[in-house]
Amino acid sequence: MKSLALISVVITGWLLLSAVGDFPYWGDPNSPANSYRLSQHFVTETFHETAVPNMVTAVLADYRGYDTMFETVVIFTAGIAIISILRVFRSDDQVASGQTVYEKRPDLIVDTTCRLMIPIIQLFALYVIAHGHHSPGGGFQGGVIFGASFILIALSRDLQAAHKWVPENRVLNLAGIGILIYAGFGLVAMFLGQNFLDYAILHKVMPATPIEARYHSMLGVEIGVAFTVTAIMYSIYSNLVSKGTMKEGL
Amino acid sequence: MEFFEAISAKFNYWIYVIIMMIGLYAMIAKNNMVKKLIGMSIFQTAIILFYVSIGVKDGATIPILYHDQVHAGHHHDDHGDDAHHGSTDHHDTSHGGDHETDEFGYPTRHAPDVHIDGDGFANPLVHVLMLTAIVVGVSTLGVGLAITQKLHREFGTIEENEIHDLIKSGK
Amino acid sequence: MIWQFDLIILVFLVITAIISLQVKDLLAASMIYGVYSFLMCLLWAGMAAVDVAFTEAAVGAGVSSVFLIATVFRTSRRSSD
Repeated sequence: MKSLALISVVITGWLLLSAVGDFPYWGDPNSPANSYRLSQHFVTETFHETAVPNMVTAVLADYRGYDTMFETVVIFTAGIAIISILRVFRSDDQVASGQTVYEKRPDLIVDTTCRLMIPIIQLFALYVIAHGHHSPGGGFQGGVIFGASFILIALSRDLQAAHKWVPENRVLNLAGIGILIYAGFGLVAMFLGQNFLDYAILHKVMPATPIEARYHSMLGVEIGVAFTVTAIMYSIYSNLVSKGTMKEGL
Repeated sequence: MEFFEAISAKFNYWIYVIIMMIGLYAMIAKNNMVKKLIGMSIFQTAIILFYVSIGVKDGATIPILYHDQVHAGHHHDDHGDDAHHGSTDHHDTSHGGDHETDEFGYPTRHAPDVHIDGDGFANPLVHVLMLTAIVVGVSTLGVGLAITQKLHREFGTIEENEIHDLIKSGK
Repeated sequence: MIWQFDLIILVFLVITAIISLQVKDLLAASMIYGVYSFLMCLLWAGMAAVDVAFTEAAVGAGVSSVFLIATVFRTSRRSSD
């Protein structure tokens, strides 16, 4: 098996390496990917069309909004899949084999440090979500950081302590609400007579010009993404760490 | 020095192939499920490395506009010509009050006197494609780990050959 | 970006990838995978892909390491290969 794997890997690697010679030089501004007119349009026209200085956020939430919406649905589906694979609902169905019982002792240093850190982490996550138009960041990154703060609560104390803030049904509600916020922006645009997720028409329901409507709708969409990512990251962690029983964490 | 620069012109592509093959070998040949999933993640990051390497431009900066560029356009509407002190890029354009508007009176272009150099910023398209791929990648890693735990619950082991033996012997 | 940096980080990437797949202790493998992700994040930040680097720092080096460690603690820590 190992020699077979080695042979196939070497053949594949040799094929890929022989193609490297045809690639453009690293950092060549005139390479096909960089001189393609779509990329050029995204660089030069994004600010004029959407008023967002961060081109990545603008392309992510506006030009490729359909793609991003269904990436969010993929994350939601992954969370649902993990629950359906792993979650154990009957309490007597716990498998004892390999499940070590950790005695939980409150540690003064860890507890105090996390108590001080978690508000700062959550504030930073909100900043990353809200300031994604002007700096690196956005819904995905901010959502992951916000979910990591709940994971930190569960790590530093116990899974039950984190469940007081985010019970299981609330987590799944938040994940669904995130996608509904995202799809809601698209549907409002559709009911106002434009295409799905064409935010410029939303100036009819916002006190803004069409360009500013695109700017502000992107923020709303990022908030929806952040809801889903936060909820699903915490849901995946809490299922993996308790083997689906939701009883005790690490 | 030129020799090293000749190497570094394609070095990223060589390394991406090597890392990708390391991940592929781990996915095929390793017995442990967690090792297989680490190999899958390494494979994913190798592909992302390839995409990001494509989008690099020499002498280009990050795909976020400078503060000066962004605010030159905003101040222009309020103060007129004295907003131009901070920025050097857009002296060639005509900066009058002749902003184009559509039929409802809304401007069609935000800050039309800001000029953006197409080669001055890295390619944002590949960044967008890979940004979502990373987050979806961690979700698929989570699904894989959940299946690993389910296998451990069923068979008591996460080694692939031991699971095969247990299935063959009828458990 | 500076090609010396690029070269050093790429060599370390290959080394950490091989070590994280060769080491027998799965907890160590998870941690070295976190190191690998962080090096990858540095590389992308140098290549002007700041959004991708930020995502990788939060996701690859942070959350996915925690997922791997959680699974390792709930299954077995030793690996046969």
